[in-house]
Amino acid sequence: MAHLEIRNLRVEFPSRRGRVVAVDDVSLAVEPGDILGVVGESGAGKSTVGNAVIGLLEPPGEMSAGEVHLAGRRIDNLPDSEKRKLRGKRIGMIFQDPLTSLNPLQTIERQLVETIDLHLSTGEAAARRRAVDLLRQVGIPEPGLRVKQYPHQFSGGMRQRVVIALAVCAEPDVIIADEPTTALDVSIQAQILDLMRTLCRERDVAMLIITHDMGVIADITDRVAVMYRGRLVEQGATERILGSPDHAYTRSLVAAVPRPDVKLIRFPLVTYIEDANETPRNIDISRHWLGEARDFGGAAGGPLVSLDSLHMRFVTRRSVFRRNRAYLDAVKDVSFDIGEGEVFGLVGESGSGKSTVARMICGLHVPVAGAIRFAGTDLTALRREADLDPFRRQMQMIFQDPFSSLNPRMRVLDIVAEPIRFHRLAGSRREVERIVSDLLEQVGLGAHAANRYPHEFSGGQRQRISIARALATRPRFLICDEPTSSLDVSIQAQVLNLLKDLQELLGLTMLFISHDLPVIRQMCDRVGVMLAGRLCEVKETEALFENPEHDYTRHLLGLMPRLTGLSRQGLELADRR
Amino acid sequence: MPAFLLRRFLQSIVVMLTVALIAFGLFRYVGDPINNLVGQDTTLEERDELRERLGLNDAFIVQFGRFVRDVSIGEFGFSYQHRRPVRELVAERLPATLELSLVSALLALLVGAPMGVYTALRRRGFVSRGFMTLSLIGISLPTFLIGILLILFFGVILRWLPTFGRGEVVALGWWTTGFLTASGLKSLVMPSITLALFQMTLIMRLIRAEMLEVLRTDFIKFAHARGLPARSVHFRHALKNTMVPVITITGLQLGSIIAFAIITESVFQWPGMGLLFIQAIGEVDIPVMAAYLVLIAFFFVAINLVVDVLYFVVDPRLRADKATANGQ
Repeated sequence: MAHLEIRNLRVEFPSRRGRVVAVDDVSLAVEPGDILGVVGESGAGKSTVGNAVIGLLEPPGEMSAGEVHLAGRRIDNLPDSEKRKLRGKRIGMIFQDPLTSLNPLQTIERQLVETIDLHLSTGEAAARRRAVDLLRQVGIPEPGLRVKQYPHQFSGGMRQRVVIALAVCAEPDVIIADEPTTALDVSIQAQILDLMRTLCRERDVAMLIITHDMGVIADITDRVAVMYRGRLVEQGATERILGSPDHAYTRSLVAAVPRPDVKLIRFPLVTYIEDANETPRNIDISRHWLGEARDFGGAAGGPLVSLDSLHMRFVTRRSVFRRNRAYLDAVKDVSFDIGEGEVFGLVGESGSGKSTVARMICGLHVPVAGAIRFAGTDLTALRREADLDPFRRQMQMIFQDPFSSLNPRMRVLDIVAEPIRFHRLAGSRREVERIVSDLLEQVGLGAHAANRYPHEFSGGQRQRISIARALATRPRFLICDEPTSSLDVSIQAQVLNLLKDLQELLGLTMLFISHDLPVIRQMCDRVGVMLAGRLCEVKETEALFENPEHDYTRHLLGLMPRLTGLSRQGLELADRR
Repeated sequence: MPAFLLRRFLQSIVVMLTVALIAFGLFRYVGDPINNLVGQDTTLEERDELRERLGLNDAFIVQFGRFVRDVSIGEFGFSYQHRRPVRELVAERLPATLELSLVSALLALLVGAPMGVYTALRRRGFVSRGFMTLSLIGISLPTFLIGILLILFFGVILRWLPTFGRGEVVALGWWTTGFLTASGLKSLVMPSITLALFQMTLIMRLIRAEMLEVLRTDFIKFAHARGLPARSVHFRHALKNTMVPVITITGLQLGSIIAFAIITESVFQWPGMGLLFIQAIGEVDIPVMAAYLVLIAFFFVAINLVVDVLYFVVDPRLRADKATANGQ
């Protein structure tokens, strides 16, 4: 008998304009010791399913139809006080962000003891022993010592282990994990997934994993259910779904996943998703403003960007006395060249210093030592703003978070026009407006986007606005810092395609920063691998993936989700285009 | 943490010295101190001699040093108006102000905080809306008007409560208290409510806003998902997380309760420091004004120092500078 069974679940959110159906007619079942993945893109309603099971729908959401059964007993119609007793005791929950899931003002011990004592009534002392025991089981070193500490004294991965300990502390029958590894680095992600798999098998727990990440699905789940706009489009054994999906949406989704094993010229464009219908109207670059002044001169033949023993040090503790100061060497002795027209990838885990390198190149940080040469000129030697401006115009940056990198109070027109006006790249006001609308067309948004505000756009569309803004200075060099990390996989495919197209069209040179190896493989000509502030290997992309030399590179590649069983159907689609 | 406290302590001393400088400036340069001390018929020679004897011809820095030394042992000189040491006047009046402020602060906290929590949890409830409306009145009506309305209603029409003064007081050494007599307690009711009302509504609205913020966080959601009872989630997890901003504002407000007791004391003829200060302004009694200035500044600084210590008690993230570095 299934531990957890959901039958014909329907969740509605009443609003002023009628009732919004978030989840419609979803039926799922999870057996003990089994892991079921629920996959879908943002807004597909997958988290809502999880919340409905534990009875914690965000108001005013409500279950308007369907049943939830736990070990044969119907639980969705229980009174609130009964439901509360099930939470934590019979159904454990794990959330996405370990940094915010724990109460910052209480020790780990207090949070564990409170939960254990509540559900198992063991008394204070026994609960304390059990807390230490649990921490050991989830792989926290020195549990006796660590249990007395506060959440901020743990790293992200360790906190997620604590969260898992809290979720399993009362021996639940079912665990619902909502994006459990999305906020973590790849190596930590692999460890956490391992831990979850072990717990699931050892304790015979039925586990429901909600994620948008196909890598996680391929790695850990036995069966998978695909959701699209609140409905279940397909469910079955993981290998079958990923290998030969039936439904068109699943096929598109699988095709859009960046492949770690082979480089494609373009991402297969999926047709089943929002805002994909807008075919960009390409402009004739040889006659357009965007193509003008592309003859930059200077350093013919040499690399466009050249970093020479770059070093960056931050002060983490200030003090009058030298010996009391604490430093963090974020970037140590990094040197590499980027040739004209090349896409150079920088890969590494969080804290490896890859973003710091980017910020130094565009002048947001001043390096402690070393030189940054752009077309032969050492930028670190330039002190006057006026001397730097022409170089700033030639480099632009695209940031990770599309929500905070656009000023919410400015119209898109002004956002994109600002760099044109600042650098005085166009004469009349009318000309600026014409250029902006061309740029918006070029990035696939359409000219009508100009009069709207950023909040009216989705994440992927905002990233397109960022790209248009970056193009507005007619740059030569584009720095993309995790440009698609916060986007859904189908939107990611579109944005990456757009970047590829623009790079080709304008002959842009690019520094592409990502922690996602498959994306790097699809995008870059050469790759540098960073570890703890040092560059440990620089190689042609294909060579790096086929014959990694450095141990750390091999380690990273070993952590890539094993997506070998992916359907090839998508690829054929791509080839046919 | 000791280093931090030491730093804050040194900063406090700088603040106090600055205030002392202003007070000294008032004392020394607003009007001629000699003129204020002696009568019309004093000769110029006598004045000069007095000036020399009082050290008014010394260098500025010497005079200021002397002033700071005197002030630090509570010596503020003679009141021009009362012809008595300012220290005695202050000692007489201080208990009245402190008792009134203490009662008001407790009232504001003990009523305001639960109301804040309640309105945050039952956001759409009938009672919450009632509290919110009332709090608007508390915020927007000026203190003196509330005081006068209270006097009119409870003092004049109903004749339940005395309308002015402290009632009978009992002397405990140099401290006089109204807590021990019925008339003293009755006299406290209206002034303390008047003084507390604004702070109460402020604390209520602040706690409500902070609670609403905290209730949206992931760890509250996770606490619910672990099946913790609502009471524990709301009070043990949520309320404590609202404390840092609440402590900051409450600390500052406690300072202003003492400082702005002036208006309430005037309305109720409460024999406290505020009333003394108002009278001193009327009579250009500069030593009293200087003393009041220094004392109020001292209260503010002391309260803020306590607030800084409380941060450490409440938030472990501030405590563990070293442990963080090791833990990562």
